[in-house]
Amino acid sequence: MGASYFEGKIIHSGLEIPQVGTKLNTSDFRGAVMVRWGINRNNYKVEPGLYAAGTPDSGSDVFVTANYKLSFDHLRKNLSGADSWILVLDTKGVNVWCAAGKGTFGTKELVRRIKITSLEKVVSHRRLILPQLGATGVAAHKVREETGFNVHYGPVSASDIRQFIKDGYRADREMRKIKFGFADRIKLIPNDFIYGKFYLLGAMLVLFLLSGLSSKGLSYRDYGGEGARSLLLVFLAYFAGIVITPMFLPYIPGRFFSLKGFFSGALVFLGYLIFGSSGHNLLTMASWFFIMGAVSSFVAMNFTGSSTFTSLSGVKKEMKLFVPVQAGFALTGIILHVIGKLI
Amino acid sequence: MKDLLYLPDVVTLSLCEDTCNGCGMCIKVCPHEVFELSGRKARIIRKDYCMECGACALNCPVQAISVRSGVGCAAGIINGILRNSEPTCSCSGSSSNCC
Repeated sequence: MGASYFEGKIIHSGLEIPQVGTKLNTSDFRGAVMVRWGINRNNYKVEPGLYAAGTPDSGSDVFVTANYKLSFDHLRKNLSGADSWILVLDTKGVNVWCAAGKGTFGTKELVRRIKITSLEKVVSHRRLILPQLGATGVAAHKVREETGFNVHYGPVSASDIRQFIKDGYRADREMRKIKFGFADRIKLIPNDFIYGKFYLLGAMLVLFLLSGLSSKGLSYRDYGGEGARSLLLVFLAYFAGIVITPMFLPYIPGRFFSLKGFFSGALVFLGYLIFGSSGHNLLTMASWFFIMGAVSSFVAMNFTGSSTFTSLSGVKKEMKLFVPVQAGFALTGIILHVIGKLI
Repeated sequence: MKDLLYLPDVVTLSLCEDTCNGCGMCIKVCPHEVFELSGRKARIIRKDYCMECGACALNCPVQAISVRSGVGCAAGIINGILRNSEPTCSCSGSSSNCC
């Protein structure tokens, strides 16, 4: 374990406990930027177990987190100056919120980890501080029954931890609320952009193949003109769905993400109509309306998973309503496109 | 900024006020201020803001809350359909999306 965040070891109650820094270094930042782009994201892990941040003693607080390194880093950088214990659960390298939803950040793993690390010997108190979003996987009363430890749910955001402690382990209304502001949404875009790559490449391929079609038959001599234009238009529709829609989410009309995505798609279609439709007949123009709308709407619908306020029941309803519409749009678009090319 | 609201009248959350012991745990774990303590009982005040995460039901010591919880995620639902299972994010699978 030669990772750069280790600062040594401390011996406490006869146990050897690794000590970690509370300042992030360039390698931590580099790793964070990479995982936001989906690079190495499934292997960005910390070894589960007990860690010391600073030089804690038997009266120090115990903070529980996931073994996704980004979660671990968020926590330890907010513990600078507050000598504490960090108990890292084995969530298979997944963040607290997702892991709690799956149950890996859960009662069973917490109870198991408390026992493995002999936490009851390390600290004299019986107080654990968990991130509030971990509550989806952990039943506080069951943890108390099985281990004697009292779970205190801390703030949603680790940056409020200091205030939470100062307030006597109370998270006020604002700390308990999950927010989804501009910065929160922006951070999620790169990963979602990469996630949908096969949809993007698939749609690009289809439209590129169709671009060679004309009344004279099939020819790809003009790949630099019509072919490139098709690729660009598909890309713009994708961009509208997965970049523009999340960025302006609260301001785009409609509650359904699919509808919001459709509006962003319509916006870039308008751009095409004004600046990039020369040489296209009406059918081809119309076909792009349907194709771009379908692509943007579908991709935007997938952003429900990254948002913090959509429910399963809601997304099911949305999909029942909109997937058929998206499919209809795509099909109509392709048919119009082919006819537009052939006449 | 105003709180973002998804679809109205779809959420499966319900609370049995007779069973509730007023411990307030649901209020502590809910990230969307769906509950309020009124008298010695919890009350649902912002049902449409619920995202069905299930934290309240899991942490209710007297099982007064029920909700069909899961991930509000289109990619997860598509995954579920493809694998013929419950909707699931593929956080730890081979692909890299996460809800």
